[in-house]
Amino acid sequence: MARRESAPLSRRQSLWLLAAAIAVLAPLPAHLPAPLSIVAALLLFWRGASLARLVPAPPHWLPALLAVAGAAGIGLHYHTLFGRDPGVALLVLLFALKLMEMRGLRDARVAVLLSFFLILCQCFYSQSIAGAALMLAALVLATTALVLFEHPRQPGAAAARTAALMLAQAAPFMLLLFVLFPRISGPLWGLPSDAHAGLTGLSDTMAPGSIGQLIRSDAIAFRVEFSGSPPAQAALYWRGPVLDRYDGRTWRAAPAAAGTRLPYPTAGKAIDYQVTLEPDDKPWLFALELPGIIPRDARISTDYQLLNRTPVRARLRYSLRSYPDLHAGIDESQAQLAQDRQLPPDIDPRARALAERWRAQLGDNAQALIGKMLDYYRRQSFSYTLNPPLSGRNAVDDFLFETRRGFCEHFSSSFVFMMRAAGLPARVVTGYQGGEINPIDGTLIVRQSDAHAWAEVWLAGRGWVRVDPTAAIEPTRDADNLAAALATGDASFLGRSAWFARLRFRWEALDNAWNQWVLDYNPARQRDLLADLGMASPDWQHMASTLALLGGVLLTAFTLWALAARQARDPVTAAWERLSEKLTVRGLARRPWEGPRDYAERVAATLPNIAGEIRIIAEIYESLRYGAVPTPRLPELKRRIRDLRP
Amino acid sequence: MKPVAALRSRFFDWALRGKSPEAAPIVLGQRRVYVLPTRFGLAYAGLLLVMLIGAINYNLSLGYALVFLAAGLGVVAIFHSFRNLVRISISPGRAAPVFAGEPASFHLLLTHPEAGVRPAIRLQLPGQHPVECDLPGGSSTQVRLDLPTIRRGWLDLPRVQLSTCYPLGLIRAWAYAAPALRLLVYPAPARDAATAALAGETGGQDQRGAGMEDFAGLRDHQAADPPRHVAWRAAARRESGPLLTKLFDGAAAQTLWLDWDALPAGLDVEARLSLLTRGVCDADAAGILWGLRLPGTALAPARGNEHRRACLQALALYGQA
Repeated sequence: MARRESAPLSRRQSLWLLAAAIAVLAPLPAHLPAPLSIVAALLLFWRGASLARLVPAPPHWLPALLAVAGAAGIGLHYHTLFGRDPGVALLVLLFALKLMEMRGLRDARVAVLLSFFLILCQCFYSQSIAGAALMLAALVLATTALVLFEHPRQPGAAAARTAALMLAQAAPFMLLLFVLFPRISGPLWGLPSDAHAGLTGLSDTMAPGSIGQLIRSDAIAFRVEFSGSPPAQAALYWRGPVLDRYDGRTWRAAPAAAGTRLPYPTAGKAIDYQVTLEPDDKPWLFALELPGIIPRDARISTDYQLLNRTPVRARLRYSLRSYPDLHAGIDESQAQLAQDRQLPPDIDPRARALAERWRAQLGDNAQALIGKMLDYYRRQSFSYTLNPPLSGRNAVDDFLFETRRGFCEHFSSSFVFMMRAAGLPARVVTGYQGGEINPIDGTLIVRQSDAHAWAEVWLAGRGWVRVDPTAAIEPTRDADNLAAALATGDASFLGRSAWFARLRFRWEALDNAWNQWVLDYNPARQRDLLADLGMASPDWQHMASTLALLGGVLLTAFTLWALAARQARDPVTAAWERLSEKLTVRGLARRPWEGPRDYAERVAATLPNIAGEIRIIAEIYESLRYGAVPTPRLPELKRRIRDLRP
Repeated sequence: MKPVAALRSRFFDWALRGKSPEAAPIVLGQRRVYVLPTRFGLAYAGLLLVMLIGAINYNLSLGYALVFLAAGLGVVAIFHSFRNLVRISISPGRAAPVFAGEPASFHLLLTHPEAGVRPAIRLQLPGQHPVECDLPGGSSTQVRLDLPTIRRGWLDLPRVQLSTCYPLGLIRAWAYAAPALRLLVYPAPARDAATAALAGETGGQDQRGAGMEDFAGLRDHQAADPPRHVAWRAAARRESGPLLTKLFDGAAAQTLWLDWDALPAGLDVEARLSLLTRGVCDADAAGILWGLRLPGTALAPARGNEHRRACLQALALYGQA
């Protein structure tokens, strides 16, 4: 045994292991420090080149040196060696070094174990269908390498077939365990702070460009299934963080109290729907304005945001009812209204002056003030662009009087500024606007690119009223989708033709099913599914016993498979036996002791019409079976036996 | 690790003891094939456990799927390894006699009744390195197992362990078989040929030396031929092939008696047998007639392979019934 373990790897074994390593590492560089990716790629390349005997193997001292230097570099980059991302980085370093310095089978096996762990690490970054396909490919390659370690004489393709067969056979076990293994809602212990890094979504501040960044992302924010027919696009305002503190540059959410009772009475038409929210590590549950019920474990703030008890770190599904025609906040507190009139001093003097002029003109007529402002956007040839010019210290002045180009951020910000300057309580509301119906499964898909910011103005007697200044200048922004409203130069990142859209819808319907049934398979969903499947009380005892039972059935099936003889059927013998079977109907089955010639003569005597043919068949069979030189007449034998009409 | 391994092998020897030797062909039925994880398999299981904890902790649903698929792979490997070994049949093959000290080669014939190759089957004798082979479907494969020899007499093939870790190295399936196969170990020929010759001469009736003078021809060199009979010049002329040994005539008329009692007193049994073995080899190489006298038996003078074999067997089994 010991001798085998230290046996040097053959080139074929090394090459397949290298292929597995490339598949394992390929999805990771986007999430690793660039220098580490480069070092790992170079190490792999070196190994490959030394296998091809282009360069010598690396010297013995190099791996140790690189290990120390690499660990130090990772520590410097992340400022720690603990946590998820530094852990993955260290693992990648270790894996690449192991691959470079491996000599014997033992090293290679350690490398395969590391590669299994790294495949799991890919899940940190992507659990999409494509990610799963990549993981499966890496798994097949790693398993192939294991087969080749055990059986070095086998061709690679045959080993890959064995690996694929074994993985296919493992699939029933996976399915069984996946459905029935009692799910525990993690985490088991405190997660490192970077566990949810890289989730995108709205934030509770709006600085210049923050939504602009988001709009460029095609990532899905949430999906909605309406109980009835979906409302018109223009009515789909998904309320998110409400921002009412302005420092001249950034809008921030003020801390607002939250409770479990609706701060307004419900009235009017109701819309029922279910939202599946992608994790964004934020507490907001997006709802159509304004929500009429509060999902479990959520609260509603005094500015009407739904807040989850904890940040949403796993895909979350909740049912909602909204009342689109509701007016809330008629009896808003004076303190809140005072807060919503505040502006930072000494900035944007021109905008203030304009607002005060209007105020002097129109007095307390709030409706007229709003109309005046919207009119101003239309008349002064404002245009919508995702690439606005940079603004200086007086951002609102610059936008309103100089550049006149911007997107929802600029419009809502300047609008709220002007309203406040004119003495009206107003605030910025961020969230998503619109969405896209997937014709395949009928769900509404809301993307990060649908991120939007609008305004709310408080009117005496009516409460908070939504005003969307962006819609004033680009009605299509809301009626259709963003891409149509964009100048051609801006739209380059969203090329959409009809067939492409169809394809994408199909893909996203599949992706939705994947999300709902694979990625979102949590304790609650497991309970529901098992109850649907007829399990009376789906607790872990029942799951364990069912798992044991079905596992036993599966194991028995495999035992029978392992014991089933794989009979060697020599094709010549098989053809000969087929002849006998064919003649059985005429009572001329071959007797066990009968040689081919005797048998042919007996058949010929009984059935003279095929006598010639049967003699030829027997002659071919004899030459194939007993001939000294191999003849290629097997197809002819088969054909003649097939065509024989006894 | 060493004492643990030794203890484990002793345990299995005890636990899995069977009747030996068995009648051929020995078929490895399902009840005599055992499976256990290898050390790599245990490491794999440990890794999967860690991965499962990671998947739970980070709520990675796809991670669960990956861990479960890998676990399924481990379970499937059990059946594949088992299936790779079960229903192999083992028949004894050739086992030629050897002189003590030379490795004994036992040949076994392995077959299995199915289509397809049974890859990476390892055969191992206790304390020896394993021999690995692939068994193609339908035809039998001959495997040679070597065993060092120390003592003369019958050497039974010890119990053979057949094992396989194919396909993944996670699981090891193994079985024991004790084919009825034995070979005769002749006593090691004494190194000092002169003594043997002398012993022969004193016991013989003719001068052996005279017979050594007449060159009668060449034949292939054999291990027991005295080096001074090697035809070095003839060997140098040949491009390849074994060395040649000079045969001497003139011994035809002579008879050499290799006599136990004629050996110097004070030699122990094994030394005497060793000297006599050497004598048999030399006499055979020289092509002369020789007879062998042992306490209680005597083989009449003769020559040829059959006589040589009978003499060596008598020597090998001397005192062993």
